[in-house]
Amino acid sequence: MEKEEKIIVLQDVVKAYDGQVAVEKMNFYVRKGEFVTLLGPSGCGKSTTLRMIAGFEMPTEGKILLNGKDITTVPPYERPINTVFQRYALFPHLNVYDNIAYGLKLKRFRNTYIDKNGKEKVKIEKLSKAVIDAKVSRVLKLVDLEEFEKRDVTTLSGGQQQRIAIARAIVNEPEILLLDEPLGALDLKMRKDMQLELKEMHQKLGITFIYVTHDQEEALTMSDTVVVMSDGVIQQIGTPKDIYNEPKNSFVADFIGESNIFSGTMVGNKKVRFINKVFDCVDDFPVNEKVDVVVRPEDIFLADEGKGMVDGVIISSIFKGVHYEMTFKVGKTEVLIQDTMERKVGERCSIHIRPDDIHIMEKEFDCNRYDGYITKRNTVCFADGEFECDVTQLYEKSHLDEEGYLVLENGEKIDLTDVDVKVEVGLKDIEIIDNEEDGDACGNIISIVYKGDHYQVIIRTDEEEEDFVVDTEYVWNENDRVSVKIPPNKIKLKLKAVNQK
Amino acid sequence: MVKKIFQRGYIWLVLAFLYAPILLLAVYSFNNSQVIGQWSDEWTVDLYKQLFASGELMTTVANTLILAFVSSIISTVLGTMGAIGMFYSKKRTRNALNTVTQIPVINAEIVTAISTALVCTMFAFGRTYVSLLIGHVILTFPFVVLNVTPKLKQMDSNLYEAALDLGATPTQALFKVVIPQILPGIFSGFLIAITLSLDDYIITTFTKPSTFNTISTFVFDAYAKGGRSADVPALRALSTIIFAVIIIMVIVKNIVSNKQDLKTKGEKRR
Repeated sequence: MEKEEKIIVLQDVVKAYDGQVAVEKMNFYVRKGEFVTLLGPSGCGKSTTLRMIAGFEMPTEGKILLNGKDITTVPPYERPINTVFQRYALFPHLNVYDNIAYGLKLKRFRNTYIDKNGKEKVKIEKLSKAVIDAKVSRVLKLVDLEEFEKRDVTTLSGGQQQRIAIARAIVNEPEILLLDEPLGALDLKMRKDMQLELKEMHQKLGITFIYVTHDQEEALTMSDTVVVMSDGVIQQIGTPKDIYNEPKNSFVADFIGESNIFSGTMVGNKKVRFINKVFDCVDDFPVNEKVDVVVRPEDIFLADEGKGMVDGVIISSIFKGVHYEMTFKVGKTEVLIQDTMERKVGERCSIHIRPDDIHIMEKEFDCNRYDGYITKRNTVCFADGEFECDVTQLYEKSHLDEEGYLVLENGEKIDLTDVDVKVEVGLKDIEIIDNEEDGDACGNIISIVYKGDHYQVIIRTDEEEEDFVVDTEYVWNENDRVSVKIPPNKIKLKLKAVNQK
Repeated sequence: MVKKIFQRGYIWLVLAFLYAPILLLAVYSFNNSQVIGQWSDEWTVDLYKQLFASGELMTTVANTLILAFVSSIISTVLGTMGAIGMFYSKKRTRNALNTVTQIPVINAEIVTAISTALVCTMFAFGRTYVSLLIGHVILTFPFVVLNVTPKLKQMDSNLYEAALDLGATPTQALFKVVIPQILPGIFSGFLIAITLSLDDYIITTFTKPSTFNTISTFVFDAYAKGGRSADVPALRALSTIIFAVIIIMVIVKNIVSNKQDLKTKGEKRR
């Protein structure tokens, strides 16, 4: 890629509000003329990123470059960037014409001319009324609202207001058009129409579009490039096809479209074992590595019992218009399947998956790791909580005496208070409790992903913002307030090397 | 049915209790009698003639109007600026400032009056037109803030950003977008400021120069002298006029805010 092509570059951009990080070390660029979508669930930092590009928010750290020039501290009114707001933000006291002409009337340009004495002079001029008129009627034509000039904006329908908002932004011929969930307030049918119209407009105008949405379908339909974000961090950048077919991690796989995510193990060269069966695949991972396996529901084919790769039973079937969405059970694992042929609930059948359709990802978490320290009571503190644990595992063949000192094999007594330790807890060893008071640490559930036979839940604590990754059979809701409990024998402790004196 | 009659009757009773004295005053403003209660013969507009003929009374009226107008304009400008400033500051600053500005509303007026007088005397200019003006601005300013703040809260917060986005500087955005949006609030704040300033007695009396009188101080002094002053009957005419003006102002304000409501309702329907 040529360097000149990058119209906007974010370098290590961080945004924090009173210490709360909304966007973490963000790096990405947008090429000139591209349609880029920032996609993610609400609160993932996508709107904040957009507002920083627009200039409404100043990054806490990092730089934003426009055509190679640093614009980090340039105020919004000096940036050649215009925004279409989520709730349009049309000026209610102005009519359609004045709304659209607002930016044009403020525009000043340098007019170089030769005066009577033949000297070259520069005058700063406004745009003439005729020029403004022509531009306004041209954009109104573009958004299909000719002859709406004199209308009061408050009398327009949502869709019309949306079009006026777009017209008001593009009439200024910005280098970049920012769109902050612009279709969020429209009904489904209108949204689909507008999606196509926006895409068409993008091609016609040749302006760079940066679009923010939480709707994955919208992102896939319209964009050249999708930036998937979660929790202030970019998860994956790629074309819609890449993002759908080759999700980088289970978050992306789960967020984009429907998917089955299984825990699997590599058992040979391009062979992976999941749902108790070894499948051929095309991804190369080291043997014995634990992996996440993603299979899209539409890529699983149903066959009569015994004729496929794995046998099981259909436990539910829902008609979805174009296809049936069926749940197929193998042992304890549920598999989501989409097929145009219906299979009755209770029918025993078999599934077939092609090696191409098995997408393997590195497992993100195989174990929770924390830095902690031992307290006076021989418990361990980590991740905003105090947990009972077995401290004798720190030294082989040691035991505790009545006063709480650790007695080593050779009879030496150690006071463990404030000793720093490394803590490891398995994903399945953490118990989630509804009641805040009953656990040892509490936090909010920030993500939940279904992995075939269990859910993977991430609980984030309040102060330290440490995460507990938990595999559980029970379904929880995002943003639930919960606490966690860990059996003492499941907490693995190791001394930190520096503290071993 | 009985219940309905009772409900109606109660309302009329309350209204009569509130307005009968004023009506009585208005009726007697068309009669020459020295004391209310003794109707002397005939209907006449003599009191009104007397009112407009009396130089002292007319000066007082002019004083009151000028003071109310000037102080309200100052309050409206300061209050609007304050409300906008507070609205766009950080939460903690905003809450603190809000509390501070609202204290004069709750505080006993006499305390405000005495303290203003004291401060003005301390800083050497004593009781002058300046101290009077300051007193009235302190009195009315918080009410402007109270009227403007809700309008700011109702405003779509993206409007200001949209203006910046389209190339307006913060000042241009303020005057061309924010102020037009909150204009109804500014206007009703201004009206309230005027009405408060017009009939204020306590602060005026403590901060005014000794030879200067507003209607309230004049009326009070006239009656304090035992009601023997020749101007006392003419005050009935003055009171009636003031009442009529205030009624008109209230009606105008209600019509304006009704229109505004209709407009916002219209927006929401879509």
